[in-house]
Amino acid sequence: MTKERNQALEIIVAEFHKKIKEAFEVFDHESNNTVDVREIGTIIRSLGCCPTEGELHDLIAEVEEEEPTGYIRFEKFLPVMTEILLERRYRPIPEDVLLRAFEVLDSAKRGFLTKDELIKYMTEEGEPFSQEEMEEMLSAAIDPESNSIHYKDYITMMVIDEN
Amino acid sequence: MGSGTSTRHHSAFQNAERTFKAAALIQRWYRRYVARLEMRRRCTWSIFQSIEYAGQQDQVKLHDFFSYLMDHFIPSSHNQREFLTHMFTEDRFAQDSEMEKCSDYESIEVPDSYTGPRLSFPLLPDHATALIEAFRLKQQLHARYVLNLLYETKKHLVQLPNINRVSTCYSEEITVCGKSRSEVAFPIFIYILNGLPSPERSYVFNGDFVDRGKDSVEILMILFAFMLVYPKEFHLNRGNHEDHMVNLRYGFTKEVMNKYKIHGKEILRTLQDVFCWLPLATLIDEKVLILHGGVSDITDLELLDKIERNKIVSTMRCKTRRKKEKQMEEKGKANRKSSAQEPIPWFLPQSRSLPSSPLRLSSYKAHKTNRSSSIPCGGCLDGRELSRQVRSSVELELERCRQQAGLLVTGQKEEASRSASEADSEAGELQKPTQEEWRQVVDILWSDPMAQEGCKANTIRGGGCYFGPDVTQQLLQKYNLRFLIRSHECKPEGYEFCHNRKVLTIFSASNYYEVGSNRGAYVKLGPALTPHIVQYQANKVTNTLTMRQRISRVEESALRALREKLFAHSSDLLSEFKKHDADKVGLITLSDWAAAVESALHLGLPWRMLRSQLVNSSADNMLEYKSWLKNLAKEQLSHENIQSSLLETLYRNRSNLETIFRIIDSDHSGFISLDEFRQTWKLLSSHMNIDITDDCICDLARSIDFNKDGHIDINEFLEAFRLVEKSCLEGDTSECPQATNAKDSGCNSPGAC
Repeated sequence: MTKERNQALEIIVAEFHKKIKEAFEVFDHESNNTVDVREIGTIIRSLGCCPTEGELHDLIAEVEEEEPTGYIRFEKFLPVMTEILLERRYRPIPEDVLLRAFEVLDSAKRGFLTKDELIKYMTEEGEPFSQEEMEEMLSAAIDPESNSIHYKDYITMMVIDEN
Repeated sequence: MGSGTSTRHHSAFQNAERTFKAAALIQRWYRRYVARLEMRRRCTWSIFQSIEYAGQQDQVKLHDFFSYLMDHFIPSSHNQREFLTHMFTEDRFAQDSEMEKCSDYESIEVPDSYTGPRLSFPLLPDHATALIEAFRLKQQLHARYVLNLLYETKKHLVQLPNINRVSTCYSEEITVCGKSRSEVAFPIFIYILNGLPSPERSYVFNGDFVDRGKDSVEILMILFAFMLVYPKEFHLNRGNHEDHMVNLRYGFTKEVMNKYKIHGKEILRTLQDVFCWLPLATLIDEKVLILHGGVSDITDLELLDKIERNKIVSTMRCKTRRKKEKQMEEKGKANRKSSAQEPIPWFLPQSRSLPSSPLRLSSYKAHKTNRSSSIPCGGCLDGRELSRQVRSSVELELERCRQQAGLLVTGQKEEASRSASEADSEAGELQKPTQEEWRQVVDILWSDPMAQEGCKANTIRGGGCYFGPDVTQQLLQKYNLRFLIRSHECKPEGYEFCHNRKVLTIFSASNYYEVGSNRGAYVKLGPALTPHIVQYQANKVTNTLTMRQRISRVEESALRALREKLFAHSSDLLSEFKKHDADKVGLITLSDWAAAVESALHLGLPWRMLRSQLVNSSADNMLEYKSWLKNLAKEQLSHENIQSSLLETLYRNRSNLETIFRIIDSDHSGFISLDEFRQTWKLLSSHMNIDITDDCICDLARSIDFNKDGHIDINEFLEAFRLVEKSCLEGDTSECPQATNAKDSGCNSPGAC
């Protein structure tokens, strides 16, 4: 029984390794098994995880060299990332939870947030957006006629787009 | 619980906390979304690049095959010989008659109804701007003026050195543009952004003016016109697309033939000349070297300065030029018609000289008398004996033809009697590049920089090399240069520095793969030679799309291209899938799918990342691969699935190509099996010392076998040459071509090999 379980585990781990390697290689521009540390977040997130900025920060500290070089090596990244996938850490956020989050911000329960409100929340609360991130979100989220984001529709649109 | 105040504080605190958490959640979710978009963008980019480069390789391979076929097949009859010479001859003429031909543009009448620009030479700035205006209004320049302009352009180019030297003393500012976009809006756009060329504002256009667009002709006209108006301030470097072989594949040839139905061929011929006279590089203040591709560890600027650059007609093939030339020369001579015109194969430099030795033949031809139109496959023959036999029989044929033609070719008799050992000596009069010269030019036009040190062959493109920072450093030091500017590669931002900022890639065609795929850039240099980059994205639409929409559009395009490629490898994929399905259940895991696809396609793409876009998610992670392949096919067969064509100018010679098909179709079945194809190829290669692996042969065969049934029928064969017009596809294509006289003489029974 244990032997079968181990075998199954091996297969899963092997598959994870391939996935991680693929994602890593997309950003390994010099083909020398390193990526720029600034791309680690993208890699981790594209592998299905959804960490906060703080969690990401801690992760980077784990995979960095003792003397940070600005690059992360694959050999260090692989075991850490495999573990994350095995433990199913940083699970993505389900649609309904996301909706509730918007509803919390929309205290008056209008079904939308004004542009200014969105900006205020996203740049002053939580783990604030940079200006670039804010602009990008606004370009897709804000309905120019009403100058507001109808979050239910927005979520639906984004989710479809993901698939 | 406590006093009202503390409850209020408590709930206020709870509220704040909830708000904080809600915001954090949304941000966390959004950041993941953006990351996934970014990953998709990168994958899309990889798809385009890998397909583009794989396409370049395919072209080289297919061209190689037909070149070898030409080299080593000896026709057994006059008809066949005629066919062969016609097939690979574009009625090119020797130097003198070429020039005469060009000035024949004067005989071309321009109707009064023509409302386009009328050029007169020498060109004035007004003419050049009038051209721009005319093209903006979608007018087409009349063939007469096109040819006139090309003729004048060539006259100008011939005076230029291989490496053009430019100084910032004369013009304060030099603008370098990389690969252009073949839409007429492009140069207009640049001139609007940056200003028209003038004595104070020099321009260098760094190659690749044509292909992949619909206005290549107009672009060339504009660039050449400005070069003639401002000869000291306007400079052009040759790129790898200034090459008629490359043009056949990437659309320029087709564009010319479509726009100029009567004089297209002549225009193309003249352009071939013009292209090979384009300078190879530009040097600014002896400090900044501008060339199209890159350099290699053997790049020798002194040698490059000295070679006769017009000898390098095409960078696509050179290896067997010698043999081919001699053979074709012989054939050409033998076929001389009563008119003064003498066809010389397109791949020969303009020359009337005879080769110094008889044809270089291989053993298999000895059997040709027994098997009229087919190449025997197999048999261990004594090379030398057969060579001798074959040589003599060919000489007989030639003699016969000469007599038929009723002409005496001086010197040919002597040539024919020389021994084979002189086969390799180079004819003095024949202008051929040496292997080294050819290599130097290919390196300049095709190489790409890499991050690692060293210099290795550029297998992805099929030509040139990958050069490392040490190679760059070595070159810069050797010639006391400051940095290199090159183009050749598309960059998302339009430019990229590498090798410690010693190499600048500048790519001026924005939206190269698809609207929104990348930005364009050009670089300006002042007297201090500090590069100043200007970026842009020339499309109104992209500016209004969100990042998400932009990426989706480009991605869709990339995935479509990828699915086409997958379809083209259906039989490979099937066999790879079967390897993972030992129990023949018809199912494989998604993980195995990824491994199989990579084994079959060799594109180096992140298949696991792309999987969700290519495979419908199935329950329990298993895939029914047969139905997946079927769906791919259904999608492809609904629209034109032939992307690019080879040897497009042969479209007029359908019947001739049928002949060559039947040459290979040794058992006269109307089909060439992949096996026959492979065998034939193997035989050729074993005798020719061709260095191509079995895999390559198989790839080649498969790339022609479009309906993937293991056989190449005549339609597939012809389709490989884009000969079958779309309308014909619904017509009589399934008919087996009629036998020609040549074929019927002494046919062996099928399968006699």
